[in-house]
Amino acid sequence: MKFSITWLKDHLETEATLQEITDCLTSLGHEVEGVEDPAQKLAGFTVAKVLTAEKHPDADKLQVLSVDTGEGAPLQVVCGAPNARAGMKGVLGQPGAVVPSNGMELRKSAIRGVESNGMMCSVRELELGEDHDGIIELPEDAPVGHSFAEYHGSSPVIDVAITPNRPDCMGVYGIARDLAAAGLGTLKPIATPSFDASGSCPIEIRTDDPEGCPAFYGRVIKGVTNGASPDWLQQRLTSAGQRPISLLVDLTNYLMLAFGRPAHIYDLAKLSGAVVARRAKDGEQVLALNEKTYTLDESMVVIADEAQVHDIAGIMGGEDSGVQDDTTDVLLEIAYFDPPRIGVTGRKLGLASDARTRFERGVDPAFLQDGLDLLTGLIVELAGGKPSEAVQAGSPPSEAKAVSFDPAMTAKLGGVDVPADEQKRILESLDFSVDADWKVTCPLRRHDIEGPADLVEEVVRIHGLDKVESVALPRMDGVARPTATAQQALERKLRRAAAGSGLDEAVTWSFLPGDAADHFATGDQALWVLDNPISEDMKAMRPSLVPGLLLAAKRNADRGASGSRLFELGRRYFRGPDGMSDERPTLGVVLAGEKTPRGWASGKASSFDAFDAKAAAMTLLEAAGAPVGNLMVFGEAGEQFHPGQSATLRLGPKKVLARFGMLHPATLKAFDMNGPVAAVELFLDAIPAKKAGKGPVSFARPSFTPPALQAVTRDFAFLVPADLAAEDLLKSVRGSDKANITGARVFDIFTGEGVPEGKKSLAIEVTLQPHDKSFKDADLKAIADKGVAAAAKQGAELRG
Amino acid sequence: MTELTSQEQATLDAIAAATSLDALEEQRVAALGKKGWVSLALKTLGQMSPDERKEAAPAIQAVRAKVADALDARKAALEAEALEAQLASETIDLTLPAPDMPKGSIHPVSQVMDELAEIFADLGFAVATGPEIEDDWHNFTALNMDENHPARAMHDTFYFPDAAPDGGQMLLRTHTSPVQIRSMKDQGAPIRLIAPGRVYRSDSDATHTPMFHQVEGLVVDKGIHLGHLKWTLETFFKAFFEREDIVLRLRPSYFPFTEPSVEVDVGYSNEGDRRVVGGHGDDDGHDWMELGGSGMVNRRVLEMAGVDPDEFQGFAFGLGIDRIAMLKYGMNDLRAFFDGDPRWLAHYGFSPYDQPTLSAGVGARP
Repeated sequence: MKFSITWLKDHLETEATLQEITDCLTSLGHEVEGVEDPAQKLAGFTVAKVLTAEKHPDADKLQVLSVDTGEGAPLQVVCGAPNARAGMKGVLGQPGAVVPSNGMELRKSAIRGVESNGMMCSVRELELGEDHDGIIELPEDAPVGHSFAEYHGSSPVIDVAITPNRPDCMGVYGIARDLAAAGLGTLKPIATPSFDASGSCPIEIRTDDPEGCPAFYGRVIKGVTNGASPDWLQQRLTSAGQRPISLLVDLTNYLMLAFGRPAHIYDLAKLSGAVVARRAKDGEQVLALNEKTYTLDESMVVIADEAQVHDIAGIMGGEDSGVQDDTTDVLLEIAYFDPPRIGVTGRKLGLASDARTRFERGVDPAFLQDGLDLLTGLIVELAGGKPSEAVQAGSPPSEAKAVSFDPAMTAKLGGVDVPADEQKRILESLDFSVDADWKVTCPLRRHDIEGPADLVEEVVRIHGLDKVESVALPRMDGVARPTATAQQALERKLRRAAAGSGLDEAVTWSFLPGDAADHFATGDQALWVLDNPISEDMKAMRPSLVPGLLLAAKRNADRGASGSRLFELGRRYFRGPDGMSDERPTLGVVLAGEKTPRGWASGKASSFDAFDAKAAAMTLLEAAGAPVGNLMVFGEAGEQFHPGQSATLRLGPKKVLARFGMLHPATLKAFDMNGPVAAVELFLDAIPAKKAGKGPVSFARPSFTPPALQAVTRDFAFLVPADLAAEDLLKSVRGSDKANITGARVFDIFTGEGVPEGKKSLAIEVTLQPHDKSFKDADLKAIADKGVAAAAKQGAELRG
Repeated sequence: MTELTSQEQATLDAIAAATSLDALEEQRVAALGKKGWVSLALKTLGQMSPDERKEAAPAIQAVRAKVADALDARKAALEAEALEAQLASETIDLTLPAPDMPKGSIHPVSQVMDELAEIFADLGFAVATGPEIEDDWHNFTALNMDENHPARAMHDTFYFPDAAPDGGQMLLRTHTSPVQIRSMKDQGAPIRLIAPGRVYRSDSDATHTPMFHQVEGLVVDKGIHLGHLKWTLETFFKAFFEREDIVLRLRPSYFPFTEPSVEVDVGYSNEGDRRVVGGHGDDDGHDWMELGGSGMVNRRVLEMAGVDPDEFQGFAFGLGIDRIAMLKYGMNDLRAFFDGDPRWLAHYGFSPYDQPTLSAGVGARP
């Protein structure tokens, strides 16, 4: 909300400086978002008198003026305004001044060959209004040579953010009241111009919806003269950022901006029959003042006559009955509407207005008749007319809330000691009344006060939050105890393990383009898709971490990066059985582009392969504490992956801990990426949690002594069926003598000459670990025989 | 004897002149081999009388030793020469690049979250989490924002078409505050926690992204008041920025879920185009910057979370993680946080070994 200091001083008697005022507003909770001093914009513009005006020798529409600036010889100024004439006073911008409307710096120049030493300005050029028909004409008594800003009464404009709980401060008067309570000055009483109301209101006013519109006050004024508002009014509205429209409209805006009291004025000539607050009928339409037509429903309150709806109650008036320049007879409306209903209506219609902002937060129920009289008085004073007596249909809420308050509460909750009598003074300065038993009665306008905590806030706010001293939280004895849960500890460790293995951690959006999300959707679950996405690219919650990383890798490739090795630790979003979300912690990895650049040693660049993905999956699963020794390699990584170069890592057939491999060419095509790209996804929720024992953590490990005797290795070459998984052979061999065989690994795979069709040669190295005594030849032969026999069950035959 | 002497000289000359191990071997065979002249001379000793032998033996042995020494010395020299030549031939250009070891990095958001956890652990705060896809009860209603509350409209909420189990609407949480509710419902009071995580607002411009990170703080206990809130935030910021000159300004504000509500500003100054926290915001060259919202938990919120507001009271705060990360580590573009550009990550990311610890300083040193 914006207002000028001049306006504030209409209501607050104060000697405070601008700085003191803004500091105080901030400390009261009215955040100052900006201060604009129009005088700065008007620097260099002065009051000047036109001494002579001659026709320009070379231009029909220009005149050459001689202008008295108040000092030195008169200046010659070329001017195109039709109203420029000898003897008038106006505003001169001299060289060096900057025109507010366009930011141009004025310079001495020649216009059609005639020297010009400045510019006589229009209202629009100085951003004082819209008028651009001619230059500003100042009264006879304007002091020549004086700063125009000062003469004009420009005053700094403060922009404050009013929090939604304080509709009482959505008017300058309310702000003045708060400042006065904080000791910055004295609040002036509201000056209502006197008027004589006579005769009953010639039009019936009533409310047929006491719930939606508990009170509808009004009166008719006949014989008004609408027109332009006086300067003081225009200046105030302009400082608030409102465009002056016409006296009657400006006065309703003034009432709202100065006193937080929205009002509406109808052109009586456009009304027929009783004017009634009622519920709209379903489908009823109204053309609002913003020239849009709204279709209403029966939850909404309207003001209507016998013919049509004239006002979406509390939100916006109707176009058909609004006042015009030639309006002479008017009906004033000051009503009280049920705040929540205004909010609902506004949201349904998608219609925001200054009136709605105030009504939905709650206007002052005690300021209906006073507001009506104030508006009447101002109209009569400025626009003439004969007011009727007022009509009060219904009644606004009148029961003041009373709160039993204990002044000790201020220290208990607010942490600051404020003497009880000072607390009383503060509350009373805000129009609360406090009785001897500390029963505090709230002014009706303070809809935000619910209980003692709100009163503590009022006291502390006015007393000064800066007086709250820091008090240490009680601390547990000794060194702080660990707080991380097992899952948190796991994620922290895993993240650093991933970065330690050369991956860059990315944080990508939780939402994806719809097609990208669909491509990675799994199972029969519907994705979470936003109703109101900010763009089509941020629409569906990710079912996988791979697509977001893939999009990042794609951006990187487009920027010329040779490769991306990215990981992200975040959530995938699924649906829980109860309709809530099921968010699963996940680690995704994407390895795209070059693994190593072409180099002097090897020549060619290398790209990532499925074993890079497998290495990442295994390393990270191990870091996450998964039992990697027990994992089984299965297929079915998902259709996003290359069917022959991807796998899952499982504990048992159903428990999938990770998937990895090369992405399917169709996936790459869908993401418009060049391949190959490897990807990994670790499903952290599937990793079995370590059993936490009761009592203190046991840090001791199982006892272990490295075997004293040296291990020996033996090599075997087997011919096996070409489609036999190497792991199956190794597993058989390892299993053949678990006591003595501590390892078996493939060191060569060969097909081709010497290997029969349908077979491959697998060479494995078996590690044998003696325990008490060294192996004898017979021992070694027996172990080897067992291994070969076990291998034979997989269709493996020892190569001769 | 003269014959021996001349033979010896000839052999020593030949050894010295030998330029290869083969040539040297030839000399060894000729002198010390089975039929070499030294061996033959030694054999003559057997036919001598003891007296003759006594005289001749030392002389022959001396020749033998001399020749053998010369052979060894020359062999060592030749081998050294050969090795030197071999090594010379093996010289490589070590200005050539070594294979790249990709470094890897931790994202600033994660790093700062770890720092938060570390600092607040010292103050006795646990880390809590909650769902990001929430129902409107947890995100709004339980936080004292009923359906018609004007503040709801200020949250720029992302909604899902789906109904919540209790009939409300599903949405993306607009703040981390629902975690307060869930944690209090689960654990009751007293409670001390922080809840960092992703939050979402339908807002996108140069300084706002539709997804960002917030950390919630909550302390509910007996006798907790605004002074504790101020101390906690001061203590946190001093530890986080590792500066003693942090000055906070509390400003009254409004949040439906706290009463009284306060906005927290921190004093800062500009160094170049960078904001540096520290100092009093009203001092010369300083100003205040908003860091987050906070306040005493509204008793209605306590009630809705199942905590007795007559027995317990407490404070809550919310801070922007991305924002304090930017302030601390100097990033100036929030959008880059979510881009996954390895160049940015290499520059602003952190080594995995920069695990925040109290003893080394929670902040990652450059």
